[in-house]
Amino acid sequence: MDKLLLSNIRNARKLLHENYITPKDLLNSCLTQAKDTNHLNAYITLTEDEGNKQAKQSLERYQKKEATSKLDGIPIAIKDNFCTANIKTTCASKMLENFVPTYNATVYEKLLNAGAVLVGKTNLDQFAMGSGTIDSIYDSTKNAWGYTEDDYYIAGGSSGGSAVAVATGSCFAALGSDTGGSTRNPASYCGVVGLKPTYGLVSRLGLIPLVNSMDVPGILTRTVDDCVLILNTIAGHDPKDSTTLTKPYKEILLPSSGKLSVKGLKIGIPKEYHCKNLDKEVLDTWNDVAKLLDENGAVVKEISMVNTEHSIVCYSILNQCEVASNMARYDGIEFGLRADENSSTEKLYATSRSHGFNEVVRNRILTGNYFLLTKNYEKYFNQALKVRRLISNDFYKAWEDVQVLLTPTTLSTAPKYKDFVKKTNRDQCAMQDFCTQPANMAGVPAISIPIKLSKKGLPISLQIMGRNLSEPMILALAKYIENIVKFPGVK
Amino acid sequence: MNYISRSIVRLYCTKPRVILNRKYLVPKYPAQSTIDARKLPERTKIDANTIALLERLSLVDCANRQSIETLEEAIAFADQILQVNTEGVEPLVTVLEDRPLVVREDEVTEGNRRAEVLLNASVVEDEYFVAPPGNIPLEARENLLHEEEKCN
Repeated sequence: MDKLLLSNIRNARKLLHENYITPKDLLNSCLTQAKDTNHLNAYITLTEDEGNKQAKQSLERYQKKEATSKLDGIPIAIKDNFCTANIKTTCASKMLENFVPTYNATVYEKLLNAGAVLVGKTNLDQFAMGSGTIDSIYDSTKNAWGYTEDDYYIAGGSSGGSAVAVATGSCFAALGSDTGGSTRNPASYCGVVGLKPTYGLVSRLGLIPLVNSMDVPGILTRTVDDCVLILNTIAGHDPKDSTTLTKPYKEILLPSSGKLSVKGLKIGIPKEYHCKNLDKEVLDTWNDVAKLLDENGAVVKEISMVNTEHSIVCYSILNQCEVASNMARYDGIEFGLRADENSSTEKLYATSRSHGFNEVVRNRILTGNYFLLTKNYEKYFNQALKVRRLISNDFYKAWEDVQVLLTPTTLSTAPKYKDFVKKTNRDQCAMQDFCTQPANMAGVPAISIPIKLSKKGLPISLQIMGRNLSEPMILALAKYIENIVKFPGVK
Repeated sequence: MNYISRSIVRLYCTKPRVILNRKYLVPKYPAQSTIDARKLPERTKIDANTIALLERLSLVDCANRQSIETLEEAIAFADQILQVNTEGVEPLVTVLEDRPLVVREDEVTEGNRRAEVLLNASVVEDEYFVAPPGNIPLEARENLLHEEEKCN
């Protein structure tokens, strides 16, 4: 069973289909695995009851030979910033510690309709603000790679719980969210596949918003094929999210890896992604894969995206401004933490918010409001929006020359917890999101795939980006690379 | 051309580049920053009035010494963007700017969950949310820069 848990969705589906195992067996094995890896703290809530109900329904479909979906009976996990009806959704915050949504996020609803079974809700940085999954009221999530009882590496974030759950086999796929790299960053550190789809391809309804103009649901899986299965299930227009694209979604079907070829594929290496903090081992891995693709017939060329350096600063301003506005909804009256304060409405708001948000969230609100002050609006906020266009234009220019971009995902392998916490949240994000947030600024799809282990035995990953809606191409290239590098996975 | 002369040509004319290109398909050296550190504005100092204003706007009464420092750091970090030439560039608010957003018909499709919705409120009376008296502006805290100001 352990072997099956670290296998792929197709294998599990086959065993379910042939009645070797039942959806309930599979769910129970996943729950046992989640409990056995409890020390890594991937989950905030295990949803045993809900999952068992779903597994029972799945079994009935299998018995009646009605289980036609490729995900029927497959255990999944969901980051705890997606609304799940009747299951608490905390955003790892005191503010929403007792919040129980009355509706399902569209992505969860679609997974349920496809017969998937929920194992649990995973840990994150509070309100998804972070790149380590260390700022959670439920304590930090720990990376499975290199873990010892008194020392551990961070999982990355903010979807660190989802990445660890997938890496350790307590689910077959997990949803994360990605505003500046929150899916790809932990995927990179934990050695799993992490996809940020094109902005608008996947519904955000029920994803508790961080930065509306950049947020997308992300997918974490162990293989590229599994990622395609999940994307095919959750993508497409949602009448309840006006920012989803109306063009009908065409299901992606990737050929078997033997039939994939990179001959003539134009791959860009944006030279600005080699920034001064890039680790030598990551650089070498980047070069090795570029060489490998070149040797197999791809046209690999260096290109320039001059505004890359400004992207992280621009991102930081826009993020804090949108956060300041988005977090205004939390006042403690209709839902969320309510302080014991009755002197005035405003005082109740202020006290509830001071108690309900951690320092990172409060600081981002204060800073965002500073940039939005009348005297600063043009200077910072509008200037950042203009720089955002320059960054987006860099991508458009790149597509005149090349079809996809190959870059590092993160600048290094996972840092040790004790080193990571020495830096402030902003410094952590400024460094860790360097290569990932430009894709969010431009809305383009990006995927992180694990390549190899570093000398210390930690995953090194690379990122592929493509033009809007080029998911079929970047996923195909990811699968091509995956098949050659044969990344080992957690043992 | 025979082998030797070809080698010589390579040796003299193209060798370094060929070998570099062969070995390094990715840039060997980090890109140089275009930010001129000497031209960055002086570090912004946040005064008590600004803090009072930000707290009132943000409705979090927790600007302690450390978070003021964090705010000043964030401003210094943001100042780098002032050096980017954006003359004639239009702001990009959303990547969907080139298309109209589709809105639904204004029809009730679901809902009627009053009981469940009210369950998430800490204080309710019958079918109402309860709030303390309104229209009382938040008073600025005394001692805005107090070092001991603790949150949580």
